[in-house]
Amino acid sequence: MTSSKQALAHSASSADAAPGEQPGAAGRAHGRGTPPEPGPGSWRSKLYRWDMKASPYAFISPFFIVFGAFSLVPLLYTAWYSLHNVQLSDLDGQSWAGLKNYENLLSSDFFWNSLWVTFTIGVISTVPQLLMAIGLAHLLNYKLRGSVVWRVVMLTPYATSVAAATLVFVLLYSWDGGMINWMLGFVGIDPVNWTESDWGSKFAVSTIVIWRWTGYNALIYLAAMQAIPADLYESAAIDGANRWQQFLHVTIPQLRPTILFTVVVSTIGATQLFGEPLLFGGVSGSKGGSGHQFQTLGLYMYDQGWIIGNLGKASAIAWSMFLILLIVAAVNLLISRRLRKSQ
Amino acid sequence: MTATQLTPPQTGKKPPSRRERKRVMGAGKQLHAGPVTYVVLTLFALVSLAPLVWTAIAASRTNARLAQTPPPLWFGGNLFKNLETAWEEAGLGTAMVNSVIVAGTITVATVLFSTLAGFAFAKLRFKFSNVLLLLTIGTMMVPPQLAVVPLYLWMADLGWSNQLQTVVLPTLVTAFGVFFMRQYLVQALPTELIEAARVDGASSLRIVWHVVFPAARPAMAVLGLLTFVFAWNDFLWPIIALNQENPTVQVALNSLGTGYVPDQSVIMAGALLGTLPLLIAFLLFGKQIVGGIMQGAIKG
Repeated sequence: MTSSKQALAHSASSADAAPGEQPGAAGRAHGRGTPPEPGPGSWRSKLYRWDMKASPYAFISPFFIVFGAFSLVPLLYTAWYSLHNVQLSDLDGQSWAGLKNYENLLSSDFFWNSLWVTFTIGVISTVPQLLMAIGLAHLLNYKLRGSVVWRVVMLTPYATSVAAATLVFVLLYSWDGGMINWMLGFVGIDPVNWTESDWGSKFAVSTIVIWRWTGYNALIYLAAMQAIPADLYESAAIDGANRWQQFLHVTIPQLRPTILFTVVVSTIGATQLFGEPLLFGGVSGSKGGSGHQFQTLGLYMYDQGWIIGNLGKASAIAWSMFLILLIVAAVNLLISRRLRKSQ
Repeated sequence: MTATQLTPPQTGKKPPSRRERKRVMGAGKQLHAGPVTYVVLTLFALVSLAPLVWTAIAASRTNARLAQTPPPLWFGGNLFKNLETAWEEAGLGTAMVNSVIVAGTITVATVLFSTLAGFAFAKLRFKFSNVLLLLTIGTMMVPPQLAVVPLYLWMADLGWSNQLQTVVLPTLVTAFGVFFMRQYLVQALPTELIEAARVDGASSLRIVWHVVFPAARPAMAVLGLLTFVFAWNDFLWPIIALNQENPTVQVALNSLGTGYVPDQSVIMAGALLGTLPLLIAFLLFGKQIVGGIMQGAIKG
C-alpha cells in the first residue's frame, strides 16, 4: 500500500509540472476550469474531441490485435485444420477429411487414456496443492519474524522453470541411486519404480506440479486472508470460537471466492499439463512413458502433431481440450451458484 | 474473474479496548506465531529449497557417483567441468542470449501495452468498455494449445521457423497484464488528475506520459518482473517453434534431458545454469515479486 501512496505523490508532482512545460499551453491562457477550445469549430477543438474519442480504442488495440491475430484467428483455423488431413511432412498437401480426425480420436484408446491421465494427475496435483496452500497461508498470516523472507523462500520453486525442476525430479526419483528411493529405504519401504509404474509415475509428475505451485497459491490465499476484516474474528472470539473454529467458520467462508478462483486457474493449468510429463519421460517423453502411463492430453497432442506428424489430428485434440475446458468451466459456475444459494 | 472485495482491516468504529481484546481468546487478527508454526514453515522452506540446493550438489559430482547409493549429500569437485560441458553440449551460450532477447522483448512490450490498455479501462470512458473488459478477461480461458498448429503452419509459410520473432509475437501483451494494470490504476491514479490535465489542454498521449506512467511505475515494475519470469520459463510454444540450432534456455534444457546417453551430472549443471539468472533476480527482487502476486491476487 505504501508504494501506491508514493505513486500518488509522484504523479501529483509530475502532473503539476506537465502543463508548465507546454509552450504557450492553453492552460496558462485560460486558467484551470476553462475549456481549452477557442471556438467550437476550430481544428484544435476538433482534434481534441477526436483524441478523446479515439485514444481509448488506440490504447486497448494492441491487446486485441495480438489476441485476435495469434489466438482467436488461429483458434478458428485449428477447427478448420481439425477437419482436414494435414501432415507435417507434406504441409501443402492438405485435403478435406470431414470428421475423420474426431472419429479417429474417439476410437483411439490412447485418447481416452490421456483423458484419464489428465484427470487423475489433475486431481492428485491440484487438491493437495490447494489444501497445503491454505494451511501455509494461514501460518504465514501470523505475526512472523522475517515474514518477507518466508514468503520469498516459499515462492522460489515458482521461479524455477518447468524444464529445470523436472530434470531435478527425474534424478531424485530415479530407480537406483535416486534420493527418494534411498530415503524410503530408511523407513523400510521397497524402492518404487517411479518412471515405469502406473500410479508411481503419476504421483511423481504431480509432485513436480505441487512443488512449483504451492507457494504461489499460498500467497494468493494470504492476500485474501489479510483482507478479511478483523472484527469478524473479534465477534467470533466473543462468541467463544477457538482458533480452529475461527479458521473454519470465518477464514474459509471469507476465502470462498478466492478458493474458487484458484480452483479454476489450477484446473485450467492441469488440463494443459505438458512440460512436466514430457521431460519426466526423457527419451519416451512425448509418449508419456513406455506404457503411456503419464501421457496427458497436452502430450498426446504434441506427440500426434510433431512426433508422428499428423497436424490435423493434433488440431482435433486441441479442440477437444477446449470443449473439455468449457464443460469444466460450466460445471464450476454451477457449483459456485449452488454454493452462493446455500449460503 | 472472481474479484475479492478489498475491505480495509481497520474499521471506523473504535474497538472496545486493547486489554478487552487481548482477554478474548484470539481476538486480535495478527496473532504471534508459536513454535509449531516456525517448525512447519521451516519444513516447507526446506522442501522448497532442497531440490535447488541438491541440483548444485549433483552438478558438482560425476555421473558415476550420481548412480551410486547413497546419493551424494555434499559438494564434489567436478562443478566447473560439468558447467563447461553443459554450456557447450546444449549450446547454452546462444540459448541464454536468445532467452534474454525473447523474455526482454516480451516484458517491455507487455508492460507498455498493458499499461496503456489498463489506463483506458480504468479511467477513460468509451463505448463498450465494460464488454471489452469482460472479453479481455474471458480470453484467459483460451488455452495456448488451441493456437499452436496454425501458428506453426503460418510461421513456416513466412519462413520464420526457428526464428525468435516466432516466439515473441504471440505474447506481446497478455490479458493478465491488462487486467493487472487496470486494477492498479483504478486506485492509484486519481481521476481529477486526468481531468485537470485535460482542462489544461493536454492530449491523451501527453497525459499518458506525464500522469499515467509516473503513477503506474510501481505496478509496471512488478508486472515486468512477473512477465519476465513467465517468458523465461515458457515451454510449450518455444519447443514447437524453435529447433536445436536456435533454442531458448528451456528448449536447450529439454535437449539435454532427452539425450540418449544422458550424463546426469551434466544435465544438473545445465539445469543450474538455466535457473541461475532467475534465482539471482529473485534474490534481488523477491519482495517485489511476492508483493505483486499478492496484489494481483486480491484484486484479481
